[in-house]
Amino acid sequence: MSPTITTSSEANGNVSAATARAAASAAASAEATGPQPVTMAKALNTALADAMHADSSVLVFGEDVGTLGGVFRITDGLTATFGEQRCFDTPLAESGIVGMAVGMAINGMRPVIEMQFDAFAYPAFEQIISHVAKMHNRTKGAVKLPMVIRVPYGGGIGGVEHHCDSSEAYYAHTAGLKVFTPATVADGYRMLREAIDSDDPVVFMEPKKLYWSKDLVDLAELRTAHSAAAQAGTSSEGRAAVARPGTDATLIAYGPSVPTALAAAEAAALEGRSLEVIDVRTIVPFDDETVAASVRKTGRAVVIAEAHGFASVSSEIVARVQERCFHHLAAPIRRVTGFDIPYPAPKLEKYYLPGVDRILDAVDDLQWEN
Amino acid sequence: MTISANHTAPQQASMAPTGNALSETAKKFGISAEDYMLPARHQIEMVDPDGRLKPEGEQGTEPGHEYPLPGDAELLAAYEQLVVGRRVNDQNSALVRQGRMAVYPSSHGQEACQVAAALCLSDGDWMFPTYRDAVAVMTRGVDPVQVMTIFRGDWHGGFDPLKHKVGIQCTPLTTQLLHAVGVAHAAKLRGEDTVVLAMCGDGATSEGDFHEALNFAAVFHLPVIFFVQNNKYAISVPLAHQSVAPSLAHKAVGYGMAGERVDGNDVVALLAVLDRAVKLAREGSGPLLIEANTYRMQAHTNADDDTRYRENSEVAEWRAKDPVNRMRAYLTDRGLLDDAVETRIVEHAEAVATQLREGLSEDVPVDPQELFRHVFSAPTPQLKEQSALLADELARDAASASQEAGK
Repeated sequence: MSPTITTSSEANGNVSAATARAAASAAASAEATGPQPVTMAKALNTALADAMHADSSVLVFGEDVGTLGGVFRITDGLTATFGEQRCFDTPLAESGIVGMAVGMAINGMRPVIEMQFDAFAYPAFEQIISHVAKMHNRTKGAVKLPMVIRVPYGGGIGGVEHHCDSSEAYYAHTAGLKVFTPATVADGYRMLREAIDSDDPVVFMEPKKLYWSKDLVDLAELRTAHSAAAQAGTSSEGRAAVARPGTDATLIAYGPSVPTALAAAEAAALEGRSLEVIDVRTIVPFDDETVAASVRKTGRAVVIAEAHGFASVSSEIVARVQERCFHHLAAPIRRVTGFDIPYPAPKLEKYYLPGVDRILDAVDDLQWEN
Repeated sequence: MTISANHTAPQQASMAPTGNALSETAKKFGISAEDYMLPARHQIEMVDPDGRLKPEGEQGTEPGHEYPLPGDAELLAAYEQLVVGRRVNDQNSALVRQGRMAVYPSSHGQEACQVAAALCLSDGDWMFPTYRDAVAVMTRGVDPVQVMTIFRGDWHGGFDPLKHKVGIQCTPLTTQLLHAVGVAHAAKLRGEDTVVLAMCGDGATSEGDFHEALNFAAVFHLPVIFFVQNNKYAISVPLAHQSVAPSLAHKAVGYGMAGERVDGNDVVALLAVLDRAVKLAREGSGPLLIEANTYRMQAHTNADDDTRYRENSEVAEWRAKDPVNRMRAYLTDRGLLDDAVETRIVEHAEAVATQLREGLSEDVPVDPQELFRHVFSAPTPQLKEQSALLADELARDAASASQEAGK
């Protein structure tokens, strides 16, 4: 692509409300109506495009997000549609990307930035911890940072080292950051739109092994639902979902572990056990209410996560459930997590990742004899 | 918000190779791009330590690196701020000794840099200061007591960055330079002519964010002036341990921007160099790097003991180069400063010192519930729970205290 600035009206940034509506409806009409098989990648890509149409202060930048469309193609076509002013490649420097986004957010923009891989976000740690998370608090709300840091995370893709970390605990541990992680295609769209709309900074953790998973969704309907919710000022932030109802025990999972938990529940059903699956959705803010309600109902729980178990989001969930549901518990809460080892090489990751059998073993251990 | 269309003008094309614009700016001065980027062979200095204007041939200027003398009104205003800044520095250090402030990193000796950094900017411009730049922030127009709130200890920051277009005083080194780059980038996308001044010290140039900020600013061709106050020490570590570059200003070349060195205790030279930098940046030259050669006259903070790492003789040498005395001598000699004006300026400085003493002596009431109010735009359920927990604790404390009192 030529380095010169494209002169299309949208590249100029003159996205009038009418243009945005026209473009959105054009995009909508180009889509087949009714539920279609859609990948998570497509849903995220559509969410970015729709957010950029709706608000010209939404900017997308990072490494390879422009011409290439991102190494996972999540930003595919955005530069062509919106111009190099609004979706562009930066020098290879993650702290620079986050720090520049902070400045842009200070000055009226809504940056949506991509950290290419989980472990590549670490150079930006200082900016995220010391500024992104704290700016609102230290200025008593005078400076808001409406920015989204997209982090493709987790394993299961046969990636080499530094490409498969589950880094959510670092962000969840930091006061001032919201941490979202979708597990379904519809949530990919819905939650990314909500993250971009949020006046608080959101670390948006995308389970990379789910990028190519397909659900039957109607993107046009999701778009309409988002507009209606945004107008009404409602949001699904902070609300976990009951991904599968059940009565005997609760599996609590998020992001890449939700499909694994669902598969385990399916297998357990064949053995006559009814497992409820909770998809946490937003790690911060955490939905204590939905999670605790489920465990009070079933009396048993297993928390599932790819990340190392020690000092993790899964340990936090266990602690919170125990504090709220102690008298309803028929058994200690179990966890199925990654081992406390550096993420393994591709040929070994199957031994590391929580799988259906390990989850069922944990369920079997929930003192059913009592 | 609408991004205006005029940023598509060719000279503002952020993705265009910056070499062209750099060459264009160099051409203005009739020199090569290399000569434009490289600092002049000597630092720019105009008024010597005794307050005498140096002959033009000895000001360090050379073709393309020429700097007109700032106007009299600007110089007199700068002097007034120098006197106020010095008084503020010394007042704050006294307040720390009296236990009124937790800590104060003084810019005593660096007031010329502080004042020039604020005065070179227009109202719409932005400044991103460090923890040692309180005087610059104040000179920019922020209420002195609000500036010192960070050191008073009742909150992390006391002023509204958006209202004053001044970033928070930043402690993590050079992280604020990237915020400066982002503010400039956003302004440029909207077609605004904002210039951003980003401040850091000599030790900070070793940080990774220094590199990333300069590179981003250059690649995106942004109107950012990186202003390095080389005060010779990073707490105890001298500059020689940070860099063996010919000068910090020489680092500019590696990023494809112009660098310049200036006598950091000469407010006349500082204003001349910074004024030109602001003008160039506003006209589309891209970023610039200015190194001010100055000295941290006092310890890093009150908690530091500078006798452990430097000789008194070195400090004495720099005392003779004091920026305030130098300017007083120069302006008096020029006939711009007489006893009446000096008295008025000293009274102004004293009034600010009084304001600080009163503002920082107040036993500021703190509201514990404020702890939960600003973490997010609205408190999460968990923060509401924790807020209730603390409220309950305090209510029980108060109840038992009043019970005790009733006994």
